[in-house]
Amino acid sequence: MTAPGRLNKALDWVDRRLPLISLMKHSAIDYPTPKNLNYWWNFGSLAGFMLVVMIVTGLFLAMQYTPHVDMAFDSVERIMRDVNYGWLIRYLHMNGASMFFVVTYIHIFRGLYYGSYKPPRELLWWIGLVILLLMMATAFMGYVLPWGQMSLWGATVITNLFSAVPVVGDAIVTLLWGGFSVDNPTLNRFFVLHFLLPFVILGVVVLHVWALHTVKSNNPLGIDVKGPQDVIPFHPYYTVKDLFGIGVFLIVYCLFTFWYPNYLGHPDNYIPANPMVTPPHIVPEWYFLPFYAILRAVPDKLMGVIAMFAAILVLFALPWLDSSKVRSGTFRPWFKVAFWLFVVDCFVLGYVGAMPAEGVWIVLGRIASVYYFVHLLLILPLLSRYEKTRPLPESIGLPVLSREGAAKGAQALAVLFAVVLFAAPAVAAEGAPLRKQSWSWQGIFGTYDEAQLRRGYQVYREVCSACHAMKRVHFRNTEALGFTEEAVKELAASYTVTDGPDDNGDMFERPALPSDRFPSPFPNDQAAMAANGGALPPDLSLIVKARMGGPDYVFSLLTGYAPQPADVELPPGKFYNTVFPGHAISMPPQLTDGAIEFPDGAPANVEAVARDVTAFLQWAAEPELEERHAMGVKTVLFLFAATALMYALKRRVWAAVH
Amino acid sequence: MSDHVMNETPKTRRDFLFAAATAVGAVGAAVAVWPFVDSLNPAADTRALSTVEVDLAPIAAGQAITVKWRGKPVFIRHRTPQEIESARAVNAADLRDPQADDARVQKAEWLVMVGVCTHLGCVPLGQKAGDPVGDFGGWFCPCHGSHYDTSGRIRKGPAPANLAVPDYAFLSDTQIRIG
Repeated sequence: MTAPGRLNKALDWVDRRLPLISLMKHSAIDYPTPKNLNYWWNFGSLAGFMLVVMIVTGLFLAMQYTPHVDMAFDSVERIMRDVNYGWLIRYLHMNGASMFFVVTYIHIFRGLYYGSYKPPRELLWWIGLVILLLMMATAFMGYVLPWGQMSLWGATVITNLFSAVPVVGDAIVTLLWGGFSVDNPTLNRFFVLHFLLPFVILGVVVLHVWALHTVKSNNPLGIDVKGPQDVIPFHPYYTVKDLFGIGVFLIVYCLFTFWYPNYLGHPDNYIPANPMVTPPHIVPEWYFLPFYAILRAVPDKLMGVIAMFAAILVLFALPWLDSSKVRSGTFRPWFKVAFWLFVVDCFVLGYVGAMPAEGVWIVLGRIASVYYFVHLLLILPLLSRYEKTRPLPESIGLPVLSREGAAKGAQALAVLFAVVLFAAPAVAAEGAPLRKQSWSWQGIFGTYDEAQLRRGYQVYREVCSACHAMKRVHFRNTEALGFTEEAVKELAASYTVTDGPDDNGDMFERPALPSDRFPSPFPNDQAAMAANGGALPPDLSLIVKARMGGPDYVFSLLTGYAPQPADVELPPGKFYNTVFPGHAISMPPQLTDGAIEFPDGAPANVEAVARDVTAFLQWAAEPELEERHAMGVKTVLFLFAATALMYALKRRVWAAVH
Repeated sequence: MSDHVMNETPKTRRDFLFAAATAVGAVGAAVAVWPFVDSLNPAADTRALSTVEVDLAPIAAGQAITVKWRGKPVFIRHRTPQEIESARAVNAADLRDPQADDARVQKAEWLVMVGVCTHLGCVPLGQKAGDPVGDFGGWFCPCHGSHYDTSGRIRKGPAPANLAVPDYAFLSDTQIRIG
């Protein structure tokens, strides 16, 4: 036992000079915590955990990312396709932003319900709101970095908010942009700030925890700790409970990351930024939707912006708006009702924010926006004055309140979440109905069908490649279609690419190598448009990810040509398509029965060919899918085991308290 | 109060659970580190760009060219008979990094090697006419004074090994592919 003795001595030596260990022991081990905290108290540590995850994944992404308008989109796609596990790190970061907001919002609503903003915790509450504001700024700037269509136009719309400021508004916007539009200087500074702010957040989180440990944790009863019988040390009780919570949370996080990585994003952001074309339906990320709805509810530019910022700033005044001496909503029958109405109102605002600003949504948005402020500025002050609260228990240690309330709350929240989550695709699926197909890559274990991918590639090569580039796919990638290394070399060599300059400064032609990209049919976009009646055939590398409905949309489009209805007039050079937005598409129908002969003898009617080429395009957009699914299965199985173990340990540890 | 109750619970089960949970957590954390570390390794596009073809026809005897391969300079020298002679005259066994000249070339007149000093990675001089070539008529690294001979072998100075010879193949008499 000399080694630990020596170690202790060494640690002691350090501690007497810099009390790091005492600090850790004081704030993470001995910290006296109310013994009655329910699971809603897990979300603070979850938010801290997510901050660490975001910083770590972000650091590794930053090592591969290029903050330049000409290269940002490509560098992100390189992370997705070429960097080892790059897809994993990026999807963890991308979905991590959403997860961070989910846990933070729940953490905030917990504070609202249990009155955690009331004395003596006002400063703690304000610091938390500062964290929220910093998170919003960071998330917004992070969304700009991939430099897709939503990045550019989101940045344009949000920075233009400041143009509402009287007199100096335009000057402020120009200053923010570093130019006359959102451009390279903007992207550069947003990258720098997006890198910096998380560390600022980390610093403010330290203040948040410091303030918490000074005034101590609130609890579901909202009454003060009366003595040592009311508290337990943070470790092991809450460390093990938090770890169990992290396990459950990670499972949810992984479901998104490994199976629905783009569910919470927008397909438009897989289209490279184009300052000449705005996407038809601009929507911010879901976590900004309630505020976006408030912005749009006001028909005046400046007032809208003020209302939106006020929606957050008014929360700073909560300690005075709600002056009731009773903290916990559990003992306030009317507050409880008002609280849940407020939660519903926030969800309504979020839903309205996702809908187009027209018709009933405008009215609903206005009602919900007004109610948001009525709740905070009118209902809360009135309630705190006139509400008859239920008697408070003597102490935390004595009556252990039934956990029914919390359980009911959890159920209500789960139902709301489910409604919103499943309503979201309904929002997405406006427009013509798509012909939903059953694809081999769907489901938990979904994989690609190599034979189908090869057939699809043949269709692309013989038909689509006459007009459409696929410049993010390299010949070397076609090994995934089941081609041998030799076959890939032969395939590449059957194409000629331009290389150079040579020693004389001349460009020259050479056979393509596996490391080359699929050659584009046109030297540039202008040539492509000139050859196609002014319409640009989009690059197909990401088309499946860049369209709402994904593979079903592409398949429906390819099979969606129909004779022009008598009452529809088409511009010259356009064709009638049932699923294309506006129905007038520039691409003529390209697939005909039997025009292609597959070496494996598979059917080559229009439907079959469309299905095969869609599969190929799906693979081109998500080449990592099979690896992603396989890793997801292993990860989630591991997490189930680890979380079950953590739960068993938690029960064991807590057996003494319950 | 809680201490009292805890003392009554059997310790063993909790100890086992604690050990198991710690072990599983540690394994999970360790495995999770790997994707991040591996992301720093060369990416697929970098790994794919590994060959370069060079036309040797324009290089006269006594001349050298430098081509870029995998981001590094590759020295290609068309050696004169005297240079070959002096490289062969050395007893390989006496060298710091013993290697015979014919083990370093495929065709005696063509010396192909990575132009990166094996000491600390500087690019040695000696490619251009008028460059210092060191005491052995080959290359001289100005950073810390390593001298290489006409076979690119370390003869004097701090470098531990000969200049590396990359994988290459003659596609024809006047063309090679490196990598």
